[in-house]
Amino acid sequence: MPNANEILTAAHDEPPIFALGKPGRANTYFAAGPSAQTFLPASALRDDLPLPDNSELDVVRHYTRLSHRTFAIDLGFYPLGSCTMKYNPRINEAMAALPGFKDLHPYAPDELAQGALQVMYDLERALTAIFGMSAFTLNPAAGAHGELTALFIAKAYFEKCGEHKRRTVIVPDTAHGTNPASAAMVGYNVVSLRSDARGRVGLDELRAALGDDTAVCMMTNPNTLGLFEDHIKEITDAVHAVGGLMYYDGANANALMGNARPGDMGFDLMHLNLHKTFSIPHGGGGAGHGPVGVAERLVPFLPRPIVTKDCDGIYALVHDGDDAIGTMRSFWSNFAHAVRALSYVLANGGDGLTRVSQLAILNANYIRVQAREFLEMPFDEPCRHEFVASARALKRETGVRALDLAKALLDRGYHAPTIYFPLLVPECLMIEPTETESKETLDGFVTALREIVETAHANPQAILDAPVATVVGRIDETRAARQPDLRWTPVL
Amino acid sequence: MAQPAGLLYSKEHEWLKVEGDTATVGITDYAQNSLGDIVFVELPRIGAALKQHANIGVVESVKAVSDLFTPAGGEVVEVNAALEADPALVNRDAFGDGWLYKIKIDASSMPDALLGPDDYEKLVATS
Amino acid sequence: MYTPHTDSDIAEMLAVVGASSLEELARVPVSVALKEPLALAPGLPESDLAATVAAFAARNTAIEYTSFLGAGAYRHYVPPVVMSLAMRGEFLTAYTPYQAEVSQGYLQAIYEWQTYICLLTGLDIANASVYDGATALAEAAIMAVNATGRRAILVSRAIHPNFRAVLETYAHGLDLDVEELPVGADGTTDFATLDARLAEKRFAAVAVQSPNFFGCLDVPDAMVRETLERTGTIGIAAIAEAMSLGVLATPAAWGAQIAVGEAQSFGNPLAYGGPYVGFIAATKDHVRRIPGRLVGRSVDNRGNDAYVLTLQAREQHIRREKATSNICTNQAHCALVATIYLAALGATGLRRAATLNLERTRALGDAILSVPGFTRAFAAPVFNELAIRVPKATTPATVLAGLQTRGILGGVDLGRWYPSYDDCFLATATEVTTPREIAALRAALAEIANETEIATQQSVTARA
Repeated sequence: MPNANEILTAAHDEPPIFALGKPGRANTYFAAGPSAQTFLPASALRDDLPLPDNSELDVVRHYTRLSHRTFAIDLGFYPLGSCTMKYNPRINEAMAALPGFKDLHPYAPDELAQGALQVMYDLERALTAIFGMSAFTLNPAAGAHGELTALFIAKAYFEKCGEHKRRTVIVPDTAHGTNPASAAMVGYNVVSLRSDARGRVGLDELRAALGDDTAVCMMTNPNTLGLFEDHIKEITDAVHAVGGLMYYDGANANALMGNARPGDMGFDLMHLNLHKTFSIPHGGGGAGHGPVGVAERLVPFLPRPIVTKDCDGIYALVHDGDDAIGTMRSFWSNFAHAVRALSYVLANGGDGLTRVSQLAILNANYIRVQAREFLEMPFDEPCRHEFVASARALKRETGVRALDLAKALLDRGYHAPTIYFPLLVPECLMIEPTETESKETLDGFVTALREIVETAHANPQAILDAPVATVVGRIDETRAARQPDLRWTPVL
Repeated sequence: MAQPAGLLYSKEHEWLKVEGDTATVGITDYAQNSLGDIVFVELPRIGAALKQHANIGVVESVKAVSDLFTPAGGEVVEVNAALEADPALVNRDAFGDGWLYKIKIDASSMPDALLGPDDYEKLVATS
Repeated sequence: MYTPHTDSDIAEMLAVVGASSLEELARVPVSVALKEPLALAPGLPESDLAATVAAFAARNTAIEYTSFLGAGAYRHYVPPVVMSLAMRGEFLTAYTPYQAEVSQGYLQAIYEWQTYICLLTGLDIANASVYDGATALAEAAIMAVNATGRRAILVSRAIHPNFRAVLETYAHGLDLDVEELPVGADGTTDFATLDARLAEKRFAAVAVQSPNFFGCLDVPDAMVRETLERTGTIGIAAIAEAMSLGVLATPAAWGAQIAVGEAQSFGNPLAYGGPYVGFIAATKDHVRRIPGRLVGRSVDNRGNDAYVLTLQAREQHIRREKATSNICTNQAHCALVATIYLAALGATGLRRAATLNLERTRALGDAILSVPGFTRAFAAPVFNELAIRVPKATTPATVLAGLQTRGILGGVDLGRWYPSYDDCFLATATEVTTPREIAALRAALAEIANETEIATQQSVTARA
């Protein structure tokens, strides 16, 4: 039995649920009716169902203890670059859990689901206004799914135009890994652009890569170095001049609101990560929501269904469309997330969203100008919502790598930044505080980071040994990959 | 460090040991060292006809994957079955027990762009 | 607004940063700067927000109707303990567990999810989830293409139309061919042409769903299995109603190498279609082709058992354009809900719930068929859905509209997807469907049948 302190700090091992329980220790959620053989031939039925029977109390303790072994925004600062770990307002959860949303069946007749359709319609209109696109679809389930949707749209568009040669996608080396992976799924060739000395897409290198085979150029702005692509208009003009389409990866859209719009920059397609920008909880890796916005000439290709509103204010789902690419998932959208996102938009309004982006930028710069006193800044200039630092010099001087810094932060009660991304910065640390963190929290983080770097110089082993305060130490990932143990099996 | 003599090397860090009309292929010590702990090797099928420089498999470490390109064309006649159970052989002995596969070299595609040990050492030294 | 900054905080921070204002810090080149404020209403205080959104929810009056809707999204009883645990802030507000040392709890929960899916499907491995059942089928098709080098997929027309539609969208984008197997008279897949079609070894996989879209059990027999094995074609099992796994034979039992499906039924709310949670399970030789995240158990440097994301080299953040899939975000929280649901129910609870689905569906069928003119469209045994053929003198749309005026959502019109079944609708009963609701449906159908008969007689009289 774990002692009280171990329970309170989650320091003990919690066995898998399969090692708990006993046959017959069941909760009576359902009546015991006649057996399945009453209704179906024995050949159709399974021989056994080897799931554990647990008391409800054991289930409660088990998952409560697992929750104690899980770091979260609710527990501490989470400066994970590119992931936008902002506070998730609880009002959004309450709204998504309203019975009128939670219990609504996707095949409910339109006339009995007007409120849900209005949520989708209003959210689409709001996104259109915030990002300057002609229309949005809420169909894609996540950011990468949105990328795939957008590339399917681009492909359908070029097919319709008879431009079958366009099979090249241009991606800067700062791009998220999903960009080239999505392009490859569509069968497009990927050309990677090196960033210039300022950490931006170089116009000359871009022009050299453009041609009549160019299909799409995928970018994010601010880019993953946290820098605004200040030549964006020249870039989009150059791509349009050869007949290509510009794609905006919305992972960093939280830095732009009220300030600039991808549509005005010349982007033809974009996705959003609603779970980043619009404060939807990440839930340990999903579900996300990845709406896609398009310019006017691509609207007919949007996946179905779309939500329409007639002159009497009646909403409807429209499933047909000759040029539509089809549908990307079962049913219409990750609807509960649309409720959360719309709640967030309504709570903030236009002024509030503008302020959100401004304060995200302030918080990032506030850490950056202090961290540059003790960490190398490969691109030393004001950043947007995030910035990258490098532990290259530190590693040379002390042997302490970005990974070790990350683990030392865990010991001090902070989540680690994103590390080793973007790939072009060696020993990269990518820090994104978000706008919901206070000055005091940021001060504490800077102090911890400074202390870690000082310790790395004075006593590097203390950092190399981190983490020591966590429930487990560094994990043998080689063993995990060489002898994959991906499911529990009974010990005989 | 000098590279083993008697082998030919590709710029993609593969080695080739030619004996008569067959050749044994592996990745170099430099390559295994750069990849780190190797966890999986995907090899071509026996009997497969390989074109020179084709991408024919992968070597996977915990956090990196490297494509295998065949330095010479020909038909695969044997693969190192021991790697399935113990991919770390490549880490321990890249030039020996960690070999990957053997091919019967297609005479028309005899490698010309391959390097000798000294030239490969120069390539590694400047990488 | 959820920002903690006071005016003096902002002033102090701007001074540290060396900027004069927030606007200056956020400024972009004038060529792309937004010239006017965002065209959105001003922000609402939370009390007003709550009232505004509640008013939207109140317009979704469908939830007040007696419902026999299913067809891929199911109403089930969820013990309150499930959401009470899943909504803990530690689970809700965690990111993907890349920092394993501070994510052991979530990693373990996902490892348990993987195990549950393996136990339910009878297969060796399962991933940490994908978007939904439909995208799971598309990803399975890609796995089969990569495993075989063949670029065509053969799917049963009795697979959920949404699953097939998504597969079509992906296949078009990926330049894959999709062909279909017809539905036989008994409502199951007609495999008569299978042998001939697989002879050329052109198909990477054959996909079948059981229970299929019509509710019918639709399991390939030994001859189909033999044909698949002989031609090196992969069998893919699709499952749109995960509850069925509580009683039905596993996909592994008929020889499926990959099983995909939708696990919404395990504790996740209907939520007008999402988010739901897809699963992919497979035999172990597909381990390096399975898309998405995988959690593995290993050890730490202190000798403890420890969980960690593994085989990441398959994934997009490392392999980029050579990844097995572009998938990044999954449905971790929905998978967590499903895991806790399965832990709470256990074998006893899941088997009872699934059996109650059989019982209530039998009762539903008996009630509907007792109304003159209404018949079963198909003879094959079913799990919790029934395709019903309406009397000749009427249409499913008329019947469903008549039910709706009586406060009942009777099901979905099959003509929407299958012109040849445009005289049928699909009705669903689960463990939460009560005998009283079934009786109300019967009474309403009897009224509608009567009206139809009277109308028919009147029109006959009028013609005469």
